[in-house]
Parts: sequence; structure tokens; C-alpha cells
Amino acid sequence: MSAAGRGREGEWALSFHAIIFWALAAMTIVPAIGIVVSKNIVHMAFWLLGTLLGVAGLYLHMEADFLGMTQVFVYIGGINVLLLFGIMLTNREPLYVRAAVKRPAIASAVLLGVVVAVGLIQSFGATEWHTVKDAVAPGLADASAKAVVNGDGTAATLGTYLLSDYILPFEIVSILLLVVLVGAAYIARRDPEGGSA
Amino acid sequence: MEPSVLVSLLIVLGLAAAIPVVMVILGRAFGPKRPTEVKYSVYECGLEPPVDARRRFTVKFYEVAVLFVVFDVEVAFLFPWALLFKKSSGFLFFGEMIVFLGILGVGLFYVIKRGALEWE
Amino acid sequence: MESYFTFVSSVLGFEPTSLLGFVGAIAVWAVPITAFVSVVGLVSIWLERKISAHIQCRVGPMEVGPHGALQTLADGIKLLGKEDLVPAQADRILFGLAPMLVFASTFVGFAVIPFSQKAVIADLNLGIFFLAAVGSLEAIGVVMAGWSSNNKWSLFGAIRAATQVVSYEIPLGLSLLAVVVVAGSMSLNDITQAQSGWVWNWFLFRNPFMWAVFLIYFIASLAECKRAPFDLPEAESELVSGFHTEYSGMRFAIFFLAEYGAMYIVSAIAVVLFFGGWYTGIPFLDHISGSIGGTTGVVVENLIGAGTIIVKSFLLICVQMWIRWTLPRIRLDQMMDLCLKYLLPFSLVLLVAVSLWQAFQGPIDGGNSVMGMIMLAATVASLIWMRRLAGRVSKASALRRELPVVKTGL
Repeated sequence: MSAAGRGREGEWALSFHAIIFWALAAMTIVPAIGIVVSKNIVHMAFWLLGTLLGVAGLYLHMEADFLGMTQVFVYIGGINVLLLFGIMLTNREPLYVRAAVKRPAIASAVLLGVVVAVGLIQSFGATEWHTVKDAVAPGLADASAKAVVNGDGTAATLGTYLLSDYILPFEIVSILLLVVLVGAAYIARRDPEGGSA
Repeated sequence: MEPSVLVSLLIVLGLAAAIPVVMVILGRAFGPKRPTEVKYSVYECGLEPPVDARRRFTVKFYEVAVLFVVFDVEVAFLFPWALLFKKSSGFLFFGEMIVFLGILGVGLFYVIKRGALEWE
Repeated sequence: MESYFTFVSSVLGFEPTSLLGFVGAIAVWAVPITAFVSVVGLVSIWLERKISAHIQCRVGPMEVGPHGALQTLADGIKLLGKEDLVPAQADRILFGLAPMLVFASTFVGFAVIPFSQKAVIADLNLGIFFLAAVGSLEAIGVVMAGWSSNNKWSLFGAIRAATQVVSYEIPLGLSLLAVVVVAGSMSLNDITQAQSGWVWNWFLFRNPFMWAVFLIYFIASLAECKRAPFDLPEAESELVSGFHTEYSGMRFAIFFLAEYGAMYIVSAIAVVLFFGGWYTGIPFLDHISGSIGGTTGVVVENLIGAGTIIVKSFLLICVQMWIRWTLPRIRLDQMMDLCLKYLLPFSLVLLVAVSLWQAFQGPIDGGNSVMGMIMLAATVASLIWMRRLAGRVSKASALRRELPVVKTGL
């Protein structure tokens, strides 16, 4: 911490951000552990809510406001509900208690986890990180960085890129969504039985 | 986000968590505590619940949810477009959105035609 | 971007990022917003009782306070004295968490709704999108309540509610998009300021499609609030009380407060998006700080603004109640059909129409005012025509059934 240029206020702001970051990190990781150790599948789905909220908070804290809100809008409002419905549909056990996991499964899961963790740490270390505000100063004319510094948020820049440089992926997404729609409609119609609740 | 906005949002979030907790604590402090077995049983119009409540239910709801998650994603994609539309030069922008919406419109048409969500 | 917070902190003299500012912000915000949410709850519950009573030719609560105005407060105190029940078979932790989640999803909305130009807690750039996002949190809270209660009525109600909220979010989102296209911003403050000036500058009159957009928004918002005719999740004749069947005492009060809070939120959003937000529609009143001057002028202007948006929102709440006590509940299949076959295609078409109109007419100088005046005149004319039509229909049907013609207040 370079205390030279900063007064007490600045230092407090810095530690304030650190506090928020660690709180959000805890909010992400604790429910993640909850998902793994929980015995009840529905509880796992609700634990996931905590993780998703924590990740959304991290996005917001990193000034990626549009991404953070999309996380809430799509993942919590849509996918988490979907997941819950799916669990309630498919599970035969009335109390949703997970069957005991066998030893070899645990061992392979741990192995896989270690591999993923090493890979992630490796790639984090290899990436050259710079903050958005630093990025503007050395003449990197990054539009999104400027937008963040000006307080305009990221949605406009994101949209500009999405509709110019990345227009093809944007339209391909709509085809992907079309495939999902058609698939869902097909499955829905194949099984016409079932009363209403 | 500006610090002042972030702080304000955090305060509101804190309040949102604190108010219900305070309300429940107050309710516990002032309310009586006279538990009886019947009072703590599941509400079932005076009968014993015939089956466990947490049963499987019709797949229809799941299908509805799948369909609408697709549209959720679509709406999320359209928000940046809508934000830019007024400042943009118009028709190229408009065409890009029409293609996106058109493809999904075809999907919606198929879903309706196929009667995927008919509730018999 | 000068918010209420920065305004107040500059008056009180502290920096928003300092420790003192942090503590100050808590004091500055916690008291008024908590008070406002409770007052909204009290007033709208009282309004609901009075309106339902008068629609049914009753008088409603009369004993506690003038015209029963304090009845809700008395009921709240009564709920405070109720036993805190958690059913033995319930999942205790989730049972406790669910009302908090539902309440939070509503309460956080109050953070971005502007009461006046300065009185907004957090004027987010993505205000509308934020509201749509936190609104979807409610679905999870409701499923949590239903599942943890371990009661089949609760679970059925919760699943219905979640399905309804998830599906009506789409036409709601699309109508929000139409307004964003017109305004070119997602900040609720900017959207309001784009409607300054005379009444015809409100977005409702901006182009010929905005009325339809508003109607779709309004219908979808009724469904989001689970209000009649979309109250299937708590259909009392089928599901006892839906997802909050097992909740009592203060926990029930939290759900109840959240429901009425949500009604205010969706109404206030509608006011901001279509009815000029805190603007009265009379330029002189909206810029009164120019003629009074000084801090007094700013304060008076903001007070007028806050009063305006609150009154407008409560008028819309009254419309919601009017609809609730007029229309019967729809069935589940009708609920899905309405969303998928009508609201969704219509809102897609409207979005295209609004953006086309915006591309053609938007750049024309003064075009917005002229269009607004035409639309305002058309609105007034069709309202008068509908009033006459309604009068004739009710008279005719009364005559057919040989009933006395009842003069209604409307």
C-alpha cells in the first residue's frame, strides 16, 4: 500500500474494498462447500443460490455491472428455478436424501478437483492482470475501461462490441436458443400425459 | 460503480436482511409459546396428511421453465442493444436485432404451433 | 450524478467513502426507507380493505382511527402477539430464510426507485435491469417457502407462483426494453428526465404503441405480484393459502408486507417509465427552484417531486385493487396461454414497432411534442368514449334483467 499520496480517507476506501471482496469471496465459497457436503439435494440447489449471488456480487464489485445483473437475472431467476423444478421432478426419494457416495468416487472427485485447481491457479498466475483504471492511463484506448472510469457502466460498450465486432456470435446465440426452444417443445409434446398440480 | 452507490446498495441489502430478522425476533418476544402436537402438525383441513408433501409433480412446469429461461437469456442480450439504439445510426442496428428476434420468433411460433404448453 | 446521498452528505459535511460517511449513510437511509416501506404497507392494506368494501357495497373497517385508517396498525400489533409457529415437519432453516428472501427481493427495489431528482438511494446506470433482476429472486424465495413447509398446498402454490413469475418476466422485460429504446438509457433518473415538460412529453404519449406497451407491462406486473386475476398461487378455494399456508404471526406479516411493497414497486416503475416519474406535467411546478431559489427552492422542488410520484404510484395501486375486486381468477392453462400466445408475441411485435418508430420519428425536431399532443387528445377522447360505452352497457344489462339501474361512482 503506497501511503505516500493517500490520506486516511483513501486508505479506508481501500480497506473498505478489501472487506467487501473478502465478504463476497466467503459468500461464494461457503455455499459451494455447502453444496458438496450437503446430504439433501434440494438443500444443494438452495446453497447454489448463495454461490450465484456471491459471484454476482463479485462481478458488481469489479465494476462489471451488466454481467453481475445478468448473473442474477438469468442464473438465479431462471436456471436456479429450473434446477429446483428438475430436482423435484426426477427424484424418487420422498425426502431427497442423497445416497451414500462410494469411496472410489470421492477419490476421483478429489483428483479431478486438484487438477482443476492447479490449472486455474496456473492460468491466474500466467495472466497479466491490470485494473481498468490503470489500463486507461498508459494509452490503452479501451472503450470499456473509459466507460467504467466515466461511470457509464459496461452495458453500452458491451452492446457496441456485441453488435459490431462480435455480431456473428451474437446471431449464433439466437440460433442456439432456437435449438433449445425446438428441443423443449419437442420433448414437451412427446409426453402428453400428466395432470396439473 | 461509484463508492457512494455501492455503499448505499450495501446498506439497503443489510436493511433488507435485518428488518425481517427484527420482526421475527419481536414476534418471538411478544408471542406466547404453548406448543401442542396438533398445532405443530401439517395443515390439512383436520385430516392426517395422506401422503408426503414433497412428491414429484407434473413435468409441465419444468417445460415451461425451460422455455422461459431461453427467453430470459434473449431479453438479457437485448438490453445492451436497446440501450444503444437511440444513439445509433438506425437501420443496420435495427436489422441486426430483427435477425436475432426473427430467429427466436420462429422458435416461438413453433412452440405455439406444436402446442407444447397445452394444459389438457 | 448528484444523488440524495451526496446532497445530504455535502450538507452534513462528510465524504461518502469515509468511515464517518459510511455510518452517516446508514443513519440517513435506514430511518426514512424503513418508515416509508411500513407506511406503504399500512396505507395500501387499508386502501385494499376500503376499496374492496366499497366495490362490494360495504363500508369496510370503521372503528380504529378515522375511517378505520389505523386498523392495519392494530392488526400488525395483533400479529406481534401471535405464537411463532414452525411446523414440526418443516425444514426449519429454509422455512426461516424464505420470507427474508422474498422480502429482500422487494425491499432492494426501493433502492433504485427515484422519489425525486435527488431522492434516490442508488441511481444505477442499469436501474431497470437491476429491478428486473432482483425481482426474479422472489421466485426462489417462494419455492423455498413452499418446499420447506412440507405441505402439499404450499408446494403446489409455490410451483405455480414460480412458474408464473418466471414466465411473465419475459413480456415484462420486453416492455421494459421498448421504453429503454425510447429513452436511450436504463437509469430511472435519466428516463424520468427524458419526460420533463408538459404532460404530453410523458412516454405514454410518445408514440402510438406506448399505450399497448404499458398495458402489457401492467398485466405482466399483476402476474408478477400474484394479484387477482393472477392469484392462482394462493387460490384460497383450491390451495388454502398457497405457498404461505404454514406461515403465521410475524413471518406471515413479512410476506404480506413484501406483497404490498411489490405492488408499490411495480406501480412506481410504471410511473417512471410511462407517467413522467416525479414530474407533475406542469413545467412551472417542476422547476420551482428557479423561482424560489436557494436551498429552500431545491427542497420544495424535491418535495413536490416526491409527492407527485407517490400519489401517481398509489393511483396505479388503486387500479390494481379495482381489477382484483372486479375480475375472477383465471385458470392455470389460461394463465400460460395468455403469456405465451398473447403477451409474448405482442410484446415482441411492439418492441419492433417502437424501435421502427423511434428510428423514423425520433430524429425529427419537435416531433415528440406534436405526437404527444395528438396521443394525449386521442387518450382523453377514447377514455370519454369508453366511459359512455360502459354506462350504456351497464344500463342495458340492468334493463334486460329488470334490475334497478345502479349509479356507480366510476
